[in-house]
Amino acid sequence: MSFALDNRGLPIAGAPAVDVANNQRPPMLRNNALMDAIFKNLTRFFAFLVFSLLAAILVSLVIGSSASLQKYGFHFLFNDKWDPVQEDFGALVPIYGTLVTSGIALGIAIPVSFGISLFLTELSPAWLRRPLGTAIEMLAAVPSIIYGMWGLFVFAPLFQQYAQPLILKTLGNIPLVKELFSGPPMGIGMLTAGIILAVMVIPFITAVMRDVFELVPPMLKESAYGLGSTTWEVVWRVVLPYTKVGVIGGIMLGLGRALGETMAVTFVIGNAHQLSASLFAPGNSIASALANEFTEAVGDLYTSALIELGLILFVITTIVLALSKLLLMQLAKGEGERT
Amino acid sequence: MNLSETNPLFRRRRRLNAVMMTVSTGALLFGLFWLLWILGVLLYEGANALRPSLFMEMTPPPGSDGGLANAIFGSVMMAGAGTLIGTPIGILAGTYLAEYGQRGWLAPATRFINDVLLSAPSIVIGLFVYSFYVAQVRHFSGWAGAIALAIIVIPVVVRTTDDMLKLVPNSLREAAAALGAPAWKVVTMVCYRAARAGIVTGVLLAIARVAGETAPLLFTALNNQFWSSDMNKPMANLPVVIFQFAMSPYEDWHRLAWGGATLITLLVLGINIAARSLFSRK
Repeated sequence: MSFALDNRGLPIAGAPAVDVANNQRPPMLRNNALMDAIFKNLTRFFAFLVFSLLAAILVSLVIGSSASLQKYGFHFLFNDKWDPVQEDFGALVPIYGTLVTSGIALGIAIPVSFGISLFLTELSPAWLRRPLGTAIEMLAAVPSIIYGMWGLFVFAPLFQQYAQPLILKTLGNIPLVKELFSGPPMGIGMLTAGIILAVMVIPFITAVMRDVFELVPPMLKESAYGLGSTTWEVVWRVVLPYTKVGVIGGIMLGLGRALGETMAVTFVIGNAHQLSASLFAPGNSIASALANEFTEAVGDLYTSALIELGLILFVITTIVLALSKLLLMQLAKGEGERT
Repeated sequence: MNLSETNPLFRRRRRLNAVMMTVSTGALLFGLFWLLWILGVLLYEGANALRPSLFMEMTPPPGSDGGLANAIFGSVMMAGAGTLIGTPIGILAGTYLAEYGQRGWLAPATRFINDVLLSAPSIVIGLFVYSFYVAQVRHFSGWAGAIALAIIVIPVVVRTTDDMLKLVPNSLREAAAALGAPAWKVVTMVCYRAARAGIVTGVLLAIARVAGETAPLLFTALNNQFWSSDMNKPMANLPVVIFQFAMSPYEDWHRLAWGGATLITLLVLGINIAARSLFSRK
């Protein structure tokens, strides 16, 4: 018998006869249905794997830190001690260091990123846009350990020699502000870590800002220009209000990056477990505490406390990054409605 | 109404604009300044350190000459294994998101989580691999490092695969389906080929990302002073060696660290630029 068969293996009416025995079509077609099912479920399986990765990380960190969670409870968050000998651990100092360095980083990176995005979207000649944009993106490609090494050997000594005495002479005399810039200039410390972090997150915030600025309908901008606005007024009064949500999303992305950055901070923060109001003082961040102490931690409770630090870091960054993503999704959705 | 150049309001607005545009240009120069400074320092310091012995000799004890051969080999092994594990998982998961994910909750939820993982702190990924692998088998190993790197590769590849497959015009899929091709053949023979440059770009970017990753290797691969090709043992790798050598007080270790740093940076920037030009040529 010889028929042309459709993909359920049924003969196709009116189709020219094909020699089934010789060209093997029916089994191949049956295989196709099977292959379809296999391929689809294979991709679904790996998608599910990625989906469950976040939960898996969370669960493994909770299990790893269970000893410390049980022993210290919520007190862990507010305890400023970190004493491996007495086994008295608290996360306050690393949390403080993480937030302060990230805060400094954002304080510098937000205006700079805004300026760069403004330049690249409004001012730059078209032919320069791509090379300049790529150069800024390269700041994100440089591995963080390079930033750390450069920070320790090149930036910190110069900062100590020139910038810190200058800051002490100027800002160091203003009441209240003085507290932030006191103590001996050591080069390394929280301020140095914050500045280097700023350079590292600039490309991330810039990339998002550029993307959302380009979402602004040209008609809106042209209307404003037509009414006689200057470039600055167009950006400040039209582009920024329109893209507000996305800009905040980009800032949150930068914050998420800054909070979790490890190596660069480890090199320059000084790794001192102390709480100090001065930004010149060495400190510790969650990530740098982990990088420095984890492999040398002796005893289950010490290891467990360090894993709990990792858990805190992971929870904070996940919330920040999820918020960032939600904000950016909201902008994209609004874009669909408005156009 | 005074519309001439002498109108104070008009002049104030012009002045503000000029100031802000200058500040914006300054911001760009500020960004470029750091990049050039870092690259300049690396090239200057690296020129002294990039010698053939860097690739031929083992990491030395302090005070004697040596190279980074074992670290380079370990890095290549782990980054290679990590990419080989992570890429197929990433491509398949990305395929689900783009090709099968129109309905249901899994695809949007996975996309969301993947974007969070993309920026998750890499040190936490090291902790994760430590708790579920290293702590169970009770020794540090090259495989643990490779797994940690694979977990960093996956989100990058998922994201680019998803984005690139979504760029493939639907008419291509419809044309293939109309010729009688089953769905899996449409995806593998048509969509993958159409999106190939983009997917390869994603894999290259992922390699560039893991090549310089240090934090997740600290608790997984650890380090090894000697040549070891056994992935079941602690393994030397460039980033951790750079970290250890740079933090040490020895001058010749510093020099080697600079050599390694220059090597990694040139490699990573090179891959990045290659990936970009590959994608833009398409």
